[in-house]
Amino acid sequence: MLTDPVTAAAPAPPQGNLWTDLMHGVFPDGMPWWMVAVLGAAVAFAAVMLFVTVIAMFSIWLERKVAGHIQVRLGPMRVGGWHGWAQSVADGVKLLLKEDVVVTGADRLLFKLAPALVLGTALAMFVALPFAPGLQIADVDLGVFFLISISSITTIGVIMAGWGSNNKWSVYGAMREAAQVASYEIPLGLSLMPPVIYYGSLSLRTATDMQAGWLGLHWYVFDPLHFWIAIPSFVLFFVAALAETKRAPFDLAESESELVAGFHTEYSGIRFSFFFLEEYAAMFVMSAVGAALWFGGWNFPGVTQMPEGALRDFLCVVVFTVKSMLLVFVMMWVRWTLPRIRIDQVMTLGYKYLTPLSLILVFAAAVLEYFLALAPSVLP
Amino acid sequence: MASWISFLFFAGLAVGCALISLFHRSVVHSAFALLGTLMGVAGLYLMLGADYLAVTQVLIYAGGILVLILFGLMLTPGDPTELRLARVLGGIALIGGGGALFLFKMSGASRWHAAPPDQLAPPDPTVTRIGLELLRQDRFLLPFELASVILLAALVGSVFIARRRVQRDGGAA
Repeated sequence: MLTDPVTAAAPAPPQGNLWTDLMHGVFPDGMPWWMVAVLGAAVAFAAVMLFVTVIAMFSIWLERKVAGHIQVRLGPMRVGGWHGWAQSVADGVKLLLKEDVVVTGADRLLFKLAPALVLGTALAMFVALPFAPGLQIADVDLGVFFLISISSITTIGVIMAGWGSNNKWSVYGAMREAAQVASYEIPLGLSLMPPVIYYGSLSLRTATDMQAGWLGLHWYVFDPLHFWIAIPSFVLFFVAALAETKRAPFDLAESESELVAGFHTEYSGIRFSFFFLEEYAAMFVMSAVGAALWFGGWNFPGVTQMPEGALRDFLCVVVFTVKSMLLVFVMMWVRWTLPRIRIDQVMTLGYKYLTPLSLILVFAAAVLEYFLALAPSVLP
Repeated sequence: MASWISFLFFAGLAVGCALISLFHRSVVHSAFALLGTLMGVAGLYLMLGADYLAVTQVLIYAGGILVLILFGLMLTPGDPTELRLARVLGGIALIGGGGALFLFKMSGASRWHAAPPDQLAPPDPTVTRIGLELLRQDRFLLPFELASVILLAALVGSVFIARRRVQRDGGAA
């Protein structure tokens, strides 16, 4: 069940500390429900926004360093001193201070609405991510399904941006994006099916909990009976996720050699930075789904066994974030290694290879699960 | 109270965006307004405890069909000189007729045995139940499988219609 802010209010804090006394003094009858709802939503939004901003700034810096080193140069080295760590901060300040240009012929409403819609969907996806046992905004029962459906709305934002810009390159970019994302949603969804069949649940939380065995190393990719399905399905998922997040080699929506910058050609300043934030947020979310379903989520030897508490939650967040960032790093590695492919190759890959392969994997996973259910006592 | 506010929000979103998509001069704006309608309806499903239906609604309608509609619109030349009055009148007739029909059919059809939302148990997640119902022989297995066969036939048919016939010498005819 998706969260109703009232029922999902925070559990009662421990009795008798300064905070509870203060709250009791201010609200003798307990906090009014609307305040709980508003505060809960505000805290969740602020936390996600802060997290996304930090992750995006770090990723942009990392992307430049990775690009630099892959191309045998150093990348940013000066801003801030150590290896140009403050480059993203400087860029962020620059983007905030730049003039917010709305082109004369643009459809003002759509032009302004598009970045908000795109970023909003990216933030909404963070709702379902299981960062730690005590740190998940909502344990959405439909976890994976919810994430896919939300991410499909991003396409509409991109089309809105392309159309609203009133620029033919932008429209071309938006059209490519729409065609590509609509095509790759099929293999993306299907490649998520093998783990879902394995866990018997769509919830990312359940998936993570089920990988806690073997001192926290019983990840889906390591399971002796399932790894031969897990590894190919992860590869398919990863390729489809690259296409969904418009990352190279699938970044035809903004291929700079043909379309200037695709759907965000006309954007500047803060609205442009929204698109950038969305790209990195979406990369992180896709990687986090991969980490949660295939690579054990927050489980790691030493962290899984710890007693519950704030320290464990913190370490879980660290483990989960590091795993996701490693996958983000692989996305960057791919981007700076492979050339961009043509649009017909994109379509061929999606429909002629990824979709049939993922269907075969779904079938294999279902058959395997059926026979394992027949003989539960024989096998480990 | 909370559910009342949520209901007003989602219902307002759905109805408001539906009105925009009916009456807006630009057909692209109409299509984008449809997004609000679809999300509003999904929100209403969610409030009724149908979480699977809500997410499916977003995935299929907002993420699939609406993108398809937009795709089609952008490949079609627009007609900005279209008469507005005709659309307004047509829309009013549609809303009025549909509303009258709905009230006429529904007024006697349901017993409206609704409890205040505060007295209801929080709804369970529905996905497991839907999955089991769909695959039970005495329930929906046959319709489910029939639907899959029909969809497959539609897929094969659309590929057959859309395919490009390639001649022996390699040129497309």
